[in-house]
Amino acid sequence: MTKETIPPLEQLRDIRRMMERTSKFIGLSGLSGIGAGVFALVGALFAYLYMAVAGGGSYGDALQYWPAGGHPWGWSPLEFFVLDAVFVLAGALSSGVYFTTRRARRKGQAIWDALTRRLLVNLGIPLAAGGVFCLALYYHGAVGWVAPATLIFYGLALINGSKFTLDEVLYLGIMELVLGLVGMFFIGWGLLLWAIGFGVLHIVYGVVMYLKYEQSV
Amino acid sequence: MKDIITHLDKAFDNRIRLGVMSMLVVNDWVDFTTLRDQLEVSDGNLASHLKALEKEEYIGLRKQFIGRRPNTSYQATELGRKAFSAHLAYLEQLIALQKD
Repeated sequence: MTKETIPPLEQLRDIRRMMERTSKFIGLSGLSGIGAGVFALVGALFAYLYMAVAGGGSYGDALQYWPAGGHPWGWSPLEFFVLDAVFVLAGALSSGVYFTTRRARRKGQAIWDALTRRLLVNLGIPLAAGGVFCLALYYHGAVGWVAPATLIFYGLALINGSKFTLDEVLYLGIMELVLGLVGMFFIGWGLLLWAIGFGVLHIVYGVVMYLKYEQSV
Repeated sequence: MKDIITHLDKAFDNRIRLGVMSMLVVNDWVDFTTLRDQLEVSDGNLASHLKALEKEEYIGLRKQFIGRRPNTSYQATELGRKAFSAHLAYLEQLIALQKD
């Protein structure tokens, strides 16, 4: 071999690293999945208590006929669920950003590049559509469908974004989608399925990813 | 057996050029800054390697303005893609030979 030549195995390793680095976003920490799951479970617990206090068993029907402000906690269903959703979203996003930036900094990877932007755009489009869709459901009084609809659109967003990240995200997306579709038929289970989808699945996903990709690093 | 490649493609006999091609075959357009940051090289160093790949007609470039700042993006040409996969095949052969 000539003096300059890089050993073939090393070359292949370099090639693979470069390809992955620029075509797949691998920075998302498993810990952020666990964080998001915990916030979702707490949010679901709040929602459960809110409905239990009001004495509604099958909340899908109960909510529709609730007069605004008639709840012992003093919040109308819309106010409460918006607050609850903001709490879960803020918690999930901040834990995601925190753990992901921490991990990227440790590994010396760039976080905000063209790839991250592409991933976020691809996640964002189905999510934004889902958000508007859920507002429309609420507007039409179909409150019970909101929980499964969020699962469906979230699943579709993950499936869409999975092209730019690890394959596990695709499987997570499919599971969320299936849960959501099941929920469309069993409205009364909405909160339970929602807690499974956003809480339990995220925690399981986070633990799996953490053990698989981060522990050895 | 046919010997598709019997010699090393000189264009790929360098870590930076190899890295550039690796990124360009899996992405549509990649801009100069991204290449530079991913490969952790200086502007001048990267520019000279890009020039070399351009001369081989393995990559094409596009100049744009983002606001008032010029921005150059690169793309692998059809010829570049072929050469790159030939190089991968060559590496495979080498490894297979080493194993025997």
